[in-house]
Amino acid sequence: MKQELVQIHSFECLTAEILELTFISEYLSTHAQPGQFVNIRVDNNFPLLRRPFSIFNIDENKVSIVFNVIGTGTKVLARKRKGDTIDVVGPCGNDFLSLADDSFDTAVFVGGGIGIAPFPFLTKRYPAGKEIITYVGGRQKELIVEKGLKNAKIATDDGSMGFHGTVLELIKNDFSTNAPKNPRFFLCGPNRMMKVVAEFAKEIGATCYASLECDMACGIGLCQGCNIEMVTGDKKYRLVCKEGTIFETQSVKFS
Amino acid sequence: MIESFKLRNVEFNNRILVASGTFGYGDEVPDLVDISQLGGIMTKSLSMKPRDGNPNPRITETASGMLNSIGLANIGVHKFISDKLPTLKKHDTKVIANIAASSVEEYCSVLELLDAQEGVHGFEINVSCPNVKEGGLSFGTDVTLVTRITKELRQRTNKPLIIKLTPNVTHISEFARACEAEGADAVSVINTVIGMAVNIHKRTPKIATTTGGLSGPAVKPIALAKVYETVNAVKIPVIGIGGIVTWEDAVEFFIVGASMVQIGTANFINPSTGITIAHGVKEFCEKNGMDNVGSLVKTLQTNRTISIVDSWL
Repeated sequence: MKQELVQIHSFECLTAEILELTFISEYLSTHAQPGQFVNIRVDNNFPLLRRPFSIFNIDENKVSIVFNVIGTGTKVLARKRKGDTIDVVGPCGNDFLSLADDSFDTAVFVGGGIGIAPFPFLTKRYPAGKEIITYVGGRQKELIVEKGLKNAKIATDDGSMGFHGTVLELIKNDFSTNAPKNPRFFLCGPNRMMKVVAEFAKEIGATCYASLECDMACGIGLCQGCNIEMVTGDKKYRLVCKEGTIFETQSVKFS
Repeated sequence: MIESFKLRNVEFNNRILVASGTFGYGDEVPDLVDISQLGGIMTKSLSMKPRDGNPNPRITETASGMLNSIGLANIGVHKFISDKLPTLKKHDTKVIANIAASSVEEYCSVLELLDAQEGVHGFEINVSCPNVKEGGLSFGTDVTLVTRITKELRQRTNKPLIIKLTPNVTHISEFARACEAEGADAVSVINTVIGMAVNIHKRTPKIATTTGGLSGPAVKPIALAKVYETVNAVKIPVIGIGGIVTWEDAVEFFIVGASMVQIGTANFINPSTGITIAHGVKEFCEKNGMDNVGSLVKTLQTNRTISIVDSWL
């Protein structure tokens, strides 16, 4: 893990609401694994704390993140320009590939809105020989990102793109007609989505991992602010930043 | 240039410390920080038994600051001694064990266990903990209890004993005087300020415990005023804490009268803040012809007759 000042290489609008920011980092591009995040100081004084972003993609020495402009941090970040520098700590957290054993045939990625963030990088690095299906859910089409995803199936709440309904309904439909062989689930998105998809995975006996989101101050285990309640194991809480962000879904209590 | 500072029988490399609860047990940051460049580390608060801490959400950002309610989550004193201290001891810095407890007896037992450890150089006592036997009110807001804790602990250690005071009282100087009278070597001023934030859409508190401790640049003016009040009330060294982010912030605390300073919330943003500040303070002193950082301490030029702090005293 390193703290470095990196230069912004480019911005790209992936949808009307979602931006991809690419910066240059030799270190991160050679050290980061899919599912890990970077903690970014978007500006010198405001906001005070860093903001965590999943690594969306790595291409040669270029690292990218995605965000929609909602909060104070992303508003400041969206005003940056090519050539500006940002202060980045990373890579932080655990990663998908070192967690999962090999006893499955189909990787099912499920992303809710901006929660697709870790999947393009994961798709790129996924070991050959596994089938990948990606489910993407969102309120409307402006929140659906397909870039870098494989076999993407879309669901929107308002029907503006793909299946009209929730991502869980889409998954259930597909699985009832043509269930993938021996699936394993990987989730990222709003808690309420991950909770119901995790329940479905449990019902069909599939292992399920989720990358959790939580307000963080430091991102490296110093502040102990980002705890998640556990239902298994010897500890009542674990830290999302350091012991996650990825957890086996039956081990955690979704808030 | 003399940067070191002696407290009781312990010589610190410099006057910059990292605050309890903002630096873990020193083992989270080896890639990012050369710990030996810090004057010392105040450990995460240690209690006799491990503590799970409070439910989520525990933190939220506020204007120029953050609220936290971690609930003194820690691994317990035994595990600290067996798992963390051996690594911490390897660094050329001073390790000050911060102790939290729910009874006077627990403070004493935890301190006795740690006092026997050669890698523990001193103690900082977190009195902002609920007194379980007396209905859960904070020890730190009752001068009789702070007096008793200091007295009991002083009898049990010859290492530096620092009491970390809460600002959530009317006269912090009254507490500092009590600590001084019972033999404390220093007081740390201030712990977090009680604060609150609300989610207007859900109409819920933004942290699980409703209120929490405010820290960061937002509290710096409060901290400076509390340090000012304290240094004018006691002769023992005052360790300034509260919103220090830059070396200029640290210099303000020294001028007001702090003998040492602690870096807290800023560690979450840049874990190497303490080192940057140590260098900045040194340079500032050199540029101003001082051969000792101590020459800065309590050099505030002021017309005290117009200070509202004086009317509090």
